[in-house]
Amino acid sequence: MSTELRARASEVGSPGADATAALLRELVAHLRKNRTQLREEWARRITESKLLTAMTREEIFAEATSVYDNYVEVLETGSVEALQAYARNLSERIIPRGVETHEVLGIVLLLRDVLARSLFKKYQADFGLLNSVLDAYEPAANRIANTVAVGFVQERERIIRQQQEAIRELSTPVLQVRDRLLILPIIGVIDPQRARQLTEQLLRGIRSNRAKVVVVDITGVPSVDATVANHLVQTVDASRLMGANVIVTGLSSEIAQTLVTIGVDLSKINAVGDLQGGIEEAERLLGYTVTTPEPKPSEKQS
Amino acid sequence: MRVPILKQSQYVIASIQSALSDEDLLQLRDDLAQTVGRYRSRGVIVDVTVLDVMDSFAVRTLRAIAHMIRLRGAETVIVGIQPEVAFAMVQLGLTLEDVTTALDLEEGLAHLERQTAAGAAHVK
Repeated sequence: MSTELRARASEVGSPGADATAALLRELVAHLRKNRTQLREEWARRITESKLLTAMTREEIFAEATSVYDNYVEVLETGSVEALQAYARNLSERIIPRGVETHEVLGIVLLLRDVLARSLFKKYQADFGLLNSVLDAYEPAANRIANTVAVGFVQERERIIRQQQEAIRELSTPVLQVRDRLLILPIIGVIDPQRARQLTEQLLRGIRSNRAKVVVVDITGVPSVDATVANHLVQTVDASRLMGANVIVTGLSSEIAQTLVTIGVDLSKINAVGDLQGGIEEAERLLGYTVTTPEPKPSEKQS
Repeated sequence: MRVPILKQSQYVIASIQSALSDEDLLQLRDDLAQTVGRYRSRGVIVDVTVLDVMDSFAVRTLRAIAHMIRLRGAETVIVGIQPEVAFAMVQLGLTLEDVTTALDLEEGLAHLERQTAAGAAHVK
């Protein structure tokens, strides 16, 4: 069969569609025949390269078997849909276990290499035929590697989007602690969209609670960049337009340094060290005084 | 549409009723400058509650009004800026730097009371 194929391939000059299909069929038969040996070789090389360290040897072997069968199927049918679905499913299972992109890409490329080696071995006597076989094999193999890698990355991106959404939905409450005094505790990363949402909530809160002073506490904000800092300044300005004073509390030393380094104009921001200090300052602005009640005479005697 | 200007004890209140054209704004500026002199008012309140848009000309005119009124010996408070308007203004960089603002008419009057009380105490 090999010689016949070779004859056909050389006849056309470069292998045409028919010849490629025939070569792929032969390839698939070869891969089916040597399934056990090639699969083991592949699993061995995965372990050797210290890939997929998050998984046990048995798990690697089981996944390797599925990937191998899918791989052969794609070579046979030329349709990547089943493989796509499998790649998505696989990614869903392994991403939570901390498997990285380079590992997934690495194992698919390893499989490609293992199979290419076995082809070299089989056709080494006949260089021309080897060439034709590789011509048929390489585009298909690259397409498979591509499909798996893209599937993995897409799944990761989907998870990242999902988590972003979850963070966004963590609403930030605007709390009234005293008459005309609001607190806005901000926790987590602020992106421009969230910053905008926060400002809108705060301004609405100022109107509905008739607030005079607002304490914005950013103790729970890990870092601040120029955009967020500017947004803080804008929020302060907008609140002032509505007749409310803003006190910002909980600026960590790192954030203070960043703000000074990027040169945000903070002259308009009234900053107080911590939330307690902020509330005290707000009470002062509102004219509240907090006093400890005088001990009762009976308590004095004891 | 001309903005009605109401006298309320020692203050005057300009209560904007609808969206204003540029001419209306300038008219308001001139009317206020005159009215403050006529009533010997101590303070002016401009109520912008109904405005859902504030362009740079409006903001500039409001500032001009505040500066003019100060030169005429009275205080100006802008009251009733809506949340959306406040946010849009800040994004456009129109922050009414040196003008007093208050939440609503009541707040504005309270602010003026405090200001004039402080002034009176100073005179005594």
